[in-house]
Amino acid sequence: MCTGRVDLAFIARAFAKGADGVFIGGCWPGECHYVTEGNLDVLKNVHIAKKVLEQIGINPDRLRLEWISASEGMRYAEVMNDFGKRLKELGPLGKGEGIEEHSLKIRLEAVTKLVPYLKLVERERLRMRFDTEDAYSEFFAGPEVKKLFDDLVVNKLMVSQITLLLREKPLSTGEIAESLGLNASEVSRHLKSSTMHGLIRFDEGLKRYALP
Amino acid sequence: MNTAERNIGDVLIVGGGISGIQASLDLANSGFRVFLVDKSPALGGKMSQLDKTFPTNDCSMCIESPKFIECARNPNIEIITYTEVERVDGEAGDFKVTLTKKPRYISEEKCTGCNICVDYCPVKIKDPFNQNLSENKAVHIYFSQAVPLVTYVDPETCLYLKEGKCQICVGACKTNAIDLHQKPETMVVEVGAIILSPGYETFNPKLRGDFGYGQMKNVVTSLDFERILCATGPYEGEILRPSDGKHPHKIAWIQCVGSRQVNEGGNNYCSAVCCAYSQKQVILAKDHDADLKATIFHNDVRAYGKDFERFHQRAERLSDVRFIRSYVTVGREIESTNNVTIRYSTFEDGVKEEEFDMVVLSVGLNPPKDVEQLAQRIGIELTDQKFCKNNPYNPIETSRKGIFVSGAFQGPLDIPESVVTASGAGALCGQLLSYRRHRLERERVYPPEKDVSQEELKIGVVVCYCGANIGRVVNIPEVIEYAATLPNVAWAGENLFACSTENAKQISDAIVEKGLNRVVLAACTPRTHEPLFRDTCREAGLNQYYFEFANIREHCSWVHSREKEAATEKAKEIVRMSVARAAHLEPLQEFQLPVDHTGLVVGGGVAGMTVALNMAEQGFEVYLIEKDDDLGGMARRLHYTLEGMDVQSYLKDLVKKVYRHPQVHVWTDATITDVSGYVGNFVTKVVSQGRVREVKHGVAVIATGAQEYKPTEYLYGENENVLTQLELEGEIVAGADRVKNAQSVVMIQCVGCRQADRNYCSRVCCSQAIKNAHKLKEMNPEMEIQVLFRDMRTYGLKETYYRQASEKNVKFIRYEADTKPVVAANGNGFTVTVPDPVLGQMMELEADLVVLAAAVIPAPSSADAGKFFKVSNNPDGFFQEAHVKLRPVDFAADGVFLAGTAHYPKHLTETISQAFGAAGRAVGILSKETVTASGAVCDVTESDCVSCGACITACKYGAISFHDTPKGKKARVEPILCKGDGLCNAKCPTGAIYLKHYTDDEIFAQIDAALPDRKAAD
Repeated sequence: MCTGRVDLAFIARAFAKGADGVFIGGCWPGECHYVTEGNLDVLKNVHIAKKVLEQIGINPDRLRLEWISASEGMRYAEVMNDFGKRLKELGPLGKGEGIEEHSLKIRLEAVTKLVPYLKLVERERLRMRFDTEDAYSEFFAGPEVKKLFDDLVVNKLMVSQITLLLREKPLSTGEIAESLGLNASEVSRHLKSSTMHGLIRFDEGLKRYALP
Repeated sequence: MNTAERNIGDVLIVGGGISGIQASLDLANSGFRVFLVDKSPALGGKMSQLDKTFPTNDCSMCIESPKFIECARNPNIEIITYTEVERVDGEAGDFKVTLTKKPRYISEEKCTGCNICVDYCPVKIKDPFNQNLSENKAVHIYFSQAVPLVTYVDPETCLYLKEGKCQICVGACKTNAIDLHQKPETMVVEVGAIILSPGYETFNPKLRGDFGYGQMKNVVTSLDFERILCATGPYEGEILRPSDGKHPHKIAWIQCVGSRQVNEGGNNYCSAVCCAYSQKQVILAKDHDADLKATIFHNDVRAYGKDFERFHQRAERLSDVRFIRSYVTVGREIESTNNVTIRYSTFEDGVKEEEFDMVVLSVGLNPPKDVEQLAQRIGIELTDQKFCKNNPYNPIETSRKGIFVSGAFQGPLDIPESVVTASGAGALCGQLLSYRRHRLERERVYPPEKDVSQEELKIGVVVCYCGANIGRVVNIPEVIEYAATLPNVAWAGENLFACSTENAKQISDAIVEKGLNRVVLAACTPRTHEPLFRDTCREAGLNQYYFEFANIREHCSWVHSREKEAATEKAKEIVRMSVARAAHLEPLQEFQLPVDHTGLVVGGGVAGMTVALNMAEQGFEVYLIEKDDDLGGMARRLHYTLEGMDVQSYLKDLVKKVYRHPQVHVWTDATITDVSGYVGNFVTKVVSQGRVREVKHGVAVIATGAQEYKPTEYLYGENENVLTQLELEGEIVAGADRVKNAQSVVMIQCVGCRQADRNYCSRVCCSQAIKNAHKLKEMNPEMEIQVLFRDMRTYGLKETYYRQASEKNVKFIRYEADTKPVVAANGNGFTVTVPDPVLGQMMELEADLVVLAAAVIPAPSSADAGKFFKVSNNPDGFFQEAHVKLRPVDFAADGVFLAGTAHYPKHLTETISQAFGAAGRAVGILSKETVTASGAVCDVTESDCVSCGACITACKYGAISFHDTPKGKKARVEPILCKGDGLCNAKCPTGAIYLKHYTDDEIFAQIDAALPDRKAAD
């Protein structure tokens, strides 16, 4: 099994189970024990995961990928101590970000549900290889990926969170915005388009949005 | 089986260290029956006493001990310990060997290794395995993982054997295994060939009282220090001083103790391993105590092996580590502290005396004990230095036909070389005895596998102490108690060393007796030990994929040794995760793939030809492909070796044999265009002389060689009188005038390597310079030859030639990496400027010729071959072997092997040895009808597949393709092409494709168990 086997779903599962941080250790680029260089696959997945975490208000530093070869015990210890230190600074998951527990649960559940879709986005739009790690960082920080996320991911993620919230009870725009830590006008935009697509409906009697 | 049959075998192997073990396993796995004889009470040799191995710092015992059990379980290996060879009669193909088994005073059949007699024995003795630094009893087991795991009585100290008093042990033994009247036993075995792998002794500094050893308590040898470092050693892995049991804070290492000396009682050769092992000890000691101050007093630093240069740099860069180039004398032992003073001198500071808490003597390698008697009994010759005299054209052959030598009896060798020569000796036995392969072979029989799929889960958890490695930190009884409370756990128990024969059997017994259907072992790492315990499950009739490893050593006790309580909690968590995963494990079947009995060898140099010829002589069809229009490779440019071998006549003979061998098919002008398939069944397309050909083969050996770096420095290419060593060699042989007439020659070493862009030593250049210097001196004794070097790396037995060159007045001048010599043209000659290390000013040397020791660099064709066979290169462009120590000629990819300089620069004789080694390993597969492929491969749940093809584009092995089903195209995995990396799993949007043994469910179970109910924990 290669680091490239690490699924977005594993990361989501760990956070959903309350992990304060997720660490992924892989072989150094160029030292692949297969021929596949799957460590570059996980590098890409980590970039994607960090962007998604950011999107739901979780500090992306809670996810860390490092290259550590089998002979680098000392480095492994240093990295883990450093990561532990950083996580202590960040505080417990959710609390550190000021997200209340129920909302955190909804947000992570939304991410979990989105994983199959994220994989499709990766296949259709992000299936590329770069030679250096910097090239990955540059690419994922660049305008192209931002646009891609805005167009394809942000909306889905938001709708996913909204439907999960509405599964529990009908809510107003303001309530939703507060629960998800988003601004009301943005939420309102998503509510309208989701209503148009028939994903949710506006209950005139309750004056709240609800599932169809 | 009757007695007569029991005494008939194919090969006798004398010496059960790592070399003898490897030779036994290779031969036993390629159709021969082997007797493995050792004079010690257990297998293992010196390697079992080492703490870690350089340059990867793997735990030595941990990588060696699984091989003990592999030997013990192999029906084609008969292990005979505590036994010596008395005489060898007969001839190659038909030897009769008389063996004498020394009395152990224990019946090996009856002893269970329970240690009760040890508890009762009243006599305390110094423990030989721990270098006499701790105590044991007069009856004891040699070491915990010993094979065979039986006690032996020390006749020198046993009260009964000495004085006829005391028989407490006899009464204590429950199985009546103790027999204090046992006599030596003689047995005669018949074999076709013999391999000598008796290993080495370490130099004993006590004999001459070198550096106060034997008188000053805190002066220890490097082997003593290995035991001190080791968790199973005298101080349970704490570095303590023998004098007072306190932690030393300042340790000195003294190099070349007993080596590189011409005085009485010393060895005139270099011991080849001490530089690297001392650096390892420094790194490990600093791991134990980060504030330790370490000083290494050394001569040349001989970091000539693969990755040794980086290893040396790693040691050098640690804080408070000083490498000081100086001869030393030991001053005195300070009475109040037992500290030791050392006097040394440097150019900067002159003579100094400094105090150390502890001194480690880096002792060299001597020939085995009683070597002359051994040689006489076996009927072989020795060299002046008392190593085995071998055929200069084949270092594995002794002076007696049918008797081969492997390991350090050839001369000082490190572990990988001992392993390579063992496989090589196996290959030569196979060549000699190919007519009788499989005749005496026996199949390993496992009990039938139980179907437990309908049973309720009954997980067994075994927690291992690993001696003190885990037990000293983690509270094992507490972990066991906790494990027993976990869901589905039916039984939890403990083991002192799960990897010892007896304890492994306890596990298989527990499976049967308690009806366990999943096994979790909380111990060490699957990397070294998983095959062993999977096999243990098979022995108990349980599918081997029902075994799960929880690593509470590397992941816990070793890294949290100072936080015992937290470590115990973490061990529980690790066990909890493994138990959760075990509940989801599925029984998997491995594949038996048929083997094509044809070999393909890539590269027609000496390495490739040697491999091809040996495989053919062992009875297999071989295709040898060479990119040039003729065979020979780099050896075509070599004419003589340091030892005086005539390379061209050897080469001519070898080439002729290869062309004439009916089973070797040579394709020249050949390039590979495509490789498909897998171990046992490769298909390679080759374009040769304009024709496209295809060969089906079971294995491939890559021997694509290396080449000489074309220098850009020191006026090379601008001035024709600047040559490389290889060019000089050609001119010497051709009798070129400018060489004959030269009055002065300056040789510059390390050109193009040992620098940032090629951070390795080219290994051969120092010896090459010495060899050419000798030739020049033969031509003209008056010729002025000056060698500008950084470290002279004439390692091992090559040291002699270095000393002789010096005696012939060849001058050696050291330069540092940052003050390289400067070459300027001056009339018809040159002026070479180099700093004088003694006087500290610039020296100007006149030279008619400047000769550069140009680096050895990888051949461009290596990268292509690597790509086609999907094998990897190291950062320097040389091939990366599967395991540096124990699989030095295997690639991680099954069925592909390597030989020669494509692996790393090496001398011709080393290339020949390695080529035999590679051939031996490759024949291990060719001689089988089938090979086994892992069951942990991918499969597809077709109903979930949405035909998106994400998995197909993710797979670099081409293992996945679409096929038509009534419900449309669906992905399908070709299991034998799948390598189990699982990349496709992370790409599949529906989870339709899954990697067996690492399924989402199994991993989710682990994640969930790692993070149980967060609220409760808060």
